[in-house]
Amino acid sequence: MIGGPQGSGINSVAENFAKACIRGGLHIFANIEYHSNIKGEHSYYRLRVESKAPRSHVDWVDLLVALDRETIFGDMNKPHPTHRGHRHEVSPGGGIIYDRSLNLAPESFGRDDIKLFPIPYMDLLVDALKEFGKDKELSKYQVMVNTIALGASLGLADYDFDLATEAIREGFTGRKAALGDLNVRAAKRGYDYAKKSFGEEAFPTKLRKQPLSGKRVMIRGVQAVAIAKLKAGCGFQTYYPITPATDESEYLESHQKDYNMIVVQAEDEISAINMATGAAHAGLRSSTSTSGPGFSLMAEGLGWAGITEAPGPVVILYQRAGPATGLPTRTEQADLRFALHAAHGEFPRIIIAPGDVVETYYDTFDAFNYAEHYQVPVILLTDKFLASTYQDIAPFNGNNLKVDRGDLLRESDLADGTDYRRYRWTELGISPRAIPGQKGGIFWTTGDEHDEYGHITEAPDIRIKMMRKRMRKIELAGQVIPDAKKATLHGPKVAPITLVGWGSSKGAILDGMEDLKSDGIETNFLQVRYVNPFPTNFVQQVLESARRKIAIENNYSAQMAGLIREKTGIGMDNTIVKFDGRPFSQNEIYEGVKDIIKNGIKEVTVSHA
Amino acid sequence: MLELKTYRTQVHNDWCPGCGDFGIVNAIHMTLLEMQLEPHKVAIFSGIGCSGKTPHFVNAYGFHTLHGRVLPIATGARLANPGLTVVAVGGDGDGLGIGAGHFVNTGRRNLDFTYVLYDNGVYGLTKGQASPTLPKGVKTKSMPGPAIVERVNPIAMAVASGYTFVARSYALDVRHLKQTLRAAIEHRGSAFVDVLQTCPTYNDINTKEWYGGEDLPVKAPRLYKLEDSGYNGAVADPSIEGEVNAKKGNALVKSFEWGDKIPIGVFFKMEVPTFEDQLALRMPALKDKPFVEHDIYNRDITPLLDELT
Repeated sequence: MIGGPQGSGINSVAENFAKACIRGGLHIFANIEYHSNIKGEHSYYRLRVESKAPRSHVDWVDLLVALDRETIFGDMNKPHPTHRGHRHEVSPGGGIIYDRSLNLAPESFGRDDIKLFPIPYMDLLVDALKEFGKDKELSKYQVMVNTIALGASLGLADYDFDLATEAIREGFTGRKAALGDLNVRAAKRGYDYAKKSFGEEAFPTKLRKQPLSGKRVMIRGVQAVAIAKLKAGCGFQTYYPITPATDESEYLESHQKDYNMIVVQAEDEISAINMATGAAHAGLRSSTSTSGPGFSLMAEGLGWAGITEAPGPVVILYQRAGPATGLPTRTEQADLRFALHAAHGEFPRIIIAPGDVVETYYDTFDAFNYAEHYQVPVILLTDKFLASTYQDIAPFNGNNLKVDRGDLLRESDLADGTDYRRYRWTELGISPRAIPGQKGGIFWTTGDEHDEYGHITEAPDIRIKMMRKRMRKIELAGQVIPDAKKATLHGPKVAPITLVGWGSSKGAILDGMEDLKSDGIETNFLQVRYVNPFPTNFVQQVLESARRKIAIENNYSAQMAGLIREKTGIGMDNTIVKFDGRPFSQNEIYEGVKDIIKNGIKEVTVSHA
Repeated sequence: MLELKTYRTQVHNDWCPGCGDFGIVNAIHMTLLEMQLEPHKVAIFSGIGCSGKTPHFVNAYGFHTLHGRVLPIATGARLANPGLTVVAVGGDGDGLGIGAGHFVNTGRRNLDFTYVLYDNGVYGLTKGQASPTLPKGVKTKSMPGPAIVERVNPIAMAVASGYTFVARSYALDVRHLKQTLRAAIEHRGSAFVDVLQTCPTYNDINTKEWYGGEDLPVKAPRLYKLEDSGYNGAVADPSIEGEVNAKKGNALVKSFEWGDKIPIGVFFKMEVPTFEDQLALRMPALKDKPFVEHDIYNRDITPLLDELT
């Protein structure tokens, strides 16, 4: 773990370290916690490195890299403290790298079971700068103490420095290449200092390269979404700046030239969704990305997309802790019910909640096919945690993915004088779709109830037919989309305990199950991936034969447990919830289940505050 | 052959007898005919309210959207397919009340489209409440008391927001309206037309007779044409900041003229690169044809994955 004030460059340290590990055949899981602040507040990045790919983080730290005092001791001196410092999280035998000039007495750490590695950050940086004749410009390069710390941590772990060199250099291309050399030297200073001053035995945890398991990419949720959008042929993206969704739009905008995608920063999320819907009606695959506060504003537009049977947009909803501004940079899974019911009235929508970056990619791709095939808005429900967490994965194999544009008419299908009706009654509820500009395809569309031509009507019989036509489409989607996509039962078919979860907690649950297994507690895990159409039969089948059912959710009220009861009549025996704005860790899954079966607690709330 | 009936629909029209909306929809039909625009190349967008029904009466692609959201939806469609002639219409409450944020920001973009504001000072469909353009102190017949807040000035707002064609016309002067709409549609950039309009049912102040100046000591129409008064709102050289600012200033001053004399015509006009032009600079493929006609469904994402290795 590396911690420091915002703006101190913890991201590049953690990400370069991670890259170096991946290139050495190791696997990583890296997630960040930060304040809603530009500079100064405490942030930290957890990097977990394993020989077998980790799917979650844990709440202890083998090596803590502190760029400031607060990282170690917290901000207990403030009138409204927010944390006690990370020294408590260091595992016995673990170590802390910190700035020697803080002159910390070993007793001040309050622990005698950890190793202390004071490093003269600034002296080493000055030495590195001298090599380039830049020591007079220290203030300009001060932020580079992060690189000294990176080097020191690599040194203690005795890892291959050349792999880090590559990773560092890649961050500085073109005119900045000289800075790359400077950073490599700074890292080397830290690396050598740690090795020389503390000796090989000082820190027992060593990182060793292992054979590469094929090509790996280091990717986080926002990138998986963005790349899937490009793969799916999305041509139009709108957004209004909001954490944590904006990274995705910025990624797309930075690649728009090569991929021909219009990206518009709208004046608000109302505009964002409506622009996207306008583009969808006009024939371009379109999308918008936001988080809870923005999605609240989009409710109205979602309804218009629904009643006008727009072929999209695909809305990416990165949940964060609400309500209102809530915890703007922290994660939560509390918008499940909101996504399901946003906007007044009833209309079909598809909602998919992928569990990891790989599912995120495939589900985003599918979302565009569904939007056009069923002519419905599609919501991809993910969260801040999945959005910003890096994992290394095998590159997506996109060759098996096929774009399905649904019943899209060509101009040749629309002979002049055809009696084209945009909302023609059909058995399946889906009407062949023309797009503006096509001769013979003129249509009207309206947010009022309408007839087959798209003209306003208030006739009760047409209202009934149109409602049934629209709702038929979600029923159809439920029949056509296979259960294998909608839900997964992980682990043994039968187990004394069935864990039930959805979305980004998948990784922690899977890893936690292994801990439970080592402890003799056999579990399986029902992951619900489609919120709508809901895999009712599959879930019912699994849960009817399950013995103890435990819902695990990153929200207060176990919303999925409620939805399952609504759909299947089956209630959960227990719940493990977390609503402190932080994602589940592997050990919290273990601890939560133990609390239930050993201590008999019915509803467990976990937090490592 | 294109004729007036080409642009009409058979949809039942439920506007009140004598509604100014008839004049506007007729002018739209006539403008499209005069410009010989094929119906399938035209898309009409509207918000909510009486004016919102406009697309249903025009034989062209028609989008009857949400209250206040006509501009974002029209923007999305126009960007997806710049081959379309896009005309957005909406009431004064729709555009300057609930949709005011979109009005301002759409102007900033200078998208190549036309926005027609049906300006009658009242919310008709909800039975006559004051709209944002009703002057302070005025009480129309269904209001419990006179308006106690200032009105917004659509022309001034449009100029300040960045619309590059800003004009006013009158729903009952179909000839002038047609001529103004044509100029607006032909303008490359965001064109805004404020159409003064009567609401015979709810606005008993700004009536046809009032616009005709029949209440004035010397009866004379209140409306006069800017071009007849020697006013010229067109910027000759947009690269000269001084000229642009001066023309905008003139337009603002003119826009506050109201009462016994009300100007109609073009307040401001300037040709500068459109939003579509700016996007095409970033994405040259847009110059060839709209993205709806591009094959963007077989993209190679390998380079993106390589960047992440």
